[in-house]
Amino acid sequence: MSLILKQIRKSYRQPEGDRLPVLGIDHFELARGEQAALIGSSGGGKTTLLNIISGILVPDSGEVIVDGRNIVSMAEVVRDRYRASRIGIVFQTFNLLPAFTALENVLLGMTFSGRAVNRSFAVELLERVGLGHRLHHRPPRLSVGEQQRVAVARSLANRPVLLLADEPTANVDPANQSLILNLIRDTCKDHQVSLLMVTHSMEAATQFDRVDRLNEFNQPQLCTTGATS
Amino acid sequence: MNLLLIAWKNLLQRRLASALTALSIGLGVMLMVLVLVISGAVETAFTQRSIGYDLIVGPKGSDLQLVLSAVYRIQPPIENLPAMYLDELQADRRVVTAVPLAFGDVTQEGGFPIVGTTTEYFENDYLPGQKFEFGKGGSRIDQLFEAIIGADVARQNGWTLGSTFPILHGGAEGSLHDEEFTVVAVLAPTGTANDRTVFLNLESFYAIDGHEKPVDEIEKRLRDFYAADQDRLDQALAELDDYRQQLRNEEANGVAAVSPRAMQEVTAVLVKTRPETPFDAISLSAELQKGFQAMAVNPIRPIQRLMTNVIGNVQKALVVMTGLIILVSGVSIFVSIYNSMSDRRREIAVMRSLGAGRHHVFGIILAESALLCTGGAAMGWLTGHGVAVLASPWLIRRTGLLISPWTVSPWELTLFPALAVLGILVGFLPAMTAYRTNVADALNQ
Ligand SMILES: Nc1ncnc2c1ncn2[C@@H]1O[C@H](COP(=O)(O)OP(=O)(O)OP(=O)(O)O)[C@@H](O)[C@H]1O
Ligand SMILES: [Mg+2]
Repeated sequence: MSLILKQIRKSYRQPEGDRLPVLGIDHFELARGEQAALIGSSGGGKTTLLNIISGILVPDSGEVIVDGRNIVSMAEVVRDRYRASRIGIVFQTFNLLPAFTALENVLLGMTFSGRAVNRSFAVELLERVGLGHRLHHRPPRLSVGEQQRVAVARSLANRPVLLLADEPTANVDPANQSLILNLIRDTCKDHQVSLLMVTHSMEAATQFDRVDRLNEFNQPQLCTTGATS
Repeated sequence: MNLLLIAWKNLLQRRLASALTALSIGLGVMLMVLVLVISGAVETAFTQRSIGYDLIVGPKGSDLQLVLSAVYRIQPPIENLPAMYLDELQADRRVVTAVPLAFGDVTQEGGFPIVGTTTEYFENDYLPGQKFEFGKGGSRIDQLFEAIIGADVARQNGWTLGSTFPILHGGAEGSLHDEEFTVVAVLAPTGTANDRTVFLNLESFYAIDGHEKPVDEIEKRLRDFYAADQDRLDQALAELDDYRQQLRNEEANGVAAVSPRAMQEVTAVLVKTRPETPFDAISLSAELQKGFQAMAVNPIRPIQRLMTNVIGNVQKALVVMTGLIILVSGVSIFVSIYNSMSDRRREIAVMRSLGAGRHHVFGIILAESALLCTGGAAMGWLTGHGVAVLASPWLIRRTGLLISPWTVSPWELTLFPALAVLGILVGFLPAMTAYRTNVADALNQ
């Protein structure tokens, strides 16, 4: 299994002082190389869930097991490094660092994993997403679709086991939407990477073999053993 | 990619703000380097023992002016002493050597000070234990209208052996004397005021037409000078009466008058006393202190006084001021980086999502400010010394100050660690902001 979620509870503190439960997921699994689309309504906790899986957020309780290890119990430094080496992330917008060229953005993805930076693999990835001729362009000089393709290349830079995509096509035109989606799915297939894409649009999800609905298995509830955030 | 490179790229991203803040640091450092180079030169010029003599004897007046004019040749002379007094000094048993100097004129070309003296000047050490060396020519100015020139004079005026030049009288609004002098020797560089001095045979000084003062003026001065020494005064007045007689005879019969010793003057006398009895210098000096119109000055003391009382404090004030400028530049770096932080929250969050730890983003921001500080300082340091190199010929010409533009003062050695610390200090708060960034929130922006 690439990903197993166990008894995840997450709530946010509200301005009034009480807590707003956002997530209550008893069990969720993603097999190695499996691709799943997760559909949820706006404000349904999709981004919160991805942040918990990537270790950016810590759940109030529960276990997030990525590639066999529970990242919730890790020290933050270890979790950061683990994220760098096991998980790739593609956001909806503003994925790239404007000070760096397309190639440098991909290399940056390799910098924090603790492994040696592999430049030829970075070039190969950019070529794979059709940007072999844009290696030295900086993000402001790239179209939104091209930026998103660089982000896809970068998310795979450390040969992760799991790729998380948060509405990766919401900001691109319909023609590019399927192109980018296919790109993500094909490259994940090539590299044996599990893919979890969250979206609120059915349209983007239809291509996926596995489509889950977040509100079907998510029963937001407060954690009984004391909340952290 | 390492953190330093990432920091560098981030700086390039905001290149205008980065360049301006680095520039302000650089300017501060440049000013500090210049202050240090110049004050270092002032200090070495004025604290080393300035000449190879024990005393400078001159007319009563400011001891500082006597040293600045006789040794550094950057002040007009006070007044003159009767040449008869030189003879007295030379006869004194405590005196080993007494070398006369007559000055107050400058060359028409280049405005170099002219000093009339004797060959003895070149036989004595110019600094303790340092003998004059001659780049070209002989080592004597025994004949009338012979001149020995310093290395800078030769270089700047393009004079060499056999060159001739007229001299300009300091007193008489730039009128040229008729006589031409001939260069018979060029001194090797000494790093002292001798390098930009033109030395003339002293006798030719007296021989220059119009250089001689009216007999009545000389008489008045001798009466002042020897007011307490009736014997010498009588002797001098007798010589003057005789000379008046000769002058009348010259007018009437064309028999050339020969000016007597009483008519001759020197501006200062450099005195060496017997080394085995150092008390001689003190007793001579004390004697003159009480006595009439002359004084004997220890060549170092007035300068040391000037150094500690005035120059030293000015120098400290300047160093402190340039230090403050650097500090203010440090604050501008802080403002620049701190202001950029709110725009960069999202960038920091993206880096964190790529697996960068808190310590990574902290380090990147800190590296940015350290790079700005040390980079700006390096540029300022180089331009400071570069300006010193370019300005040194001008400075020598204007002030006689021999600067060594690449000498690194101990203060400067602390400059780079200090600036690295400054960079860390001003970068700390922004780096802390980066460290504390809430990634999930920032990603949602
Ligand atoms: N830091 C926070 N503090 C308080 N409440 C929060 C915080 N972040 C999110 N929420 C709330 O939690 C809920 C889930 O938010 P989340 O961003 O996960 O939804 P989402 O499914 O990604 O929505 P969208 O499709 O609009 O992106 C929302 O109601 C939101 O208001
Ligand atoms: Mg969302």
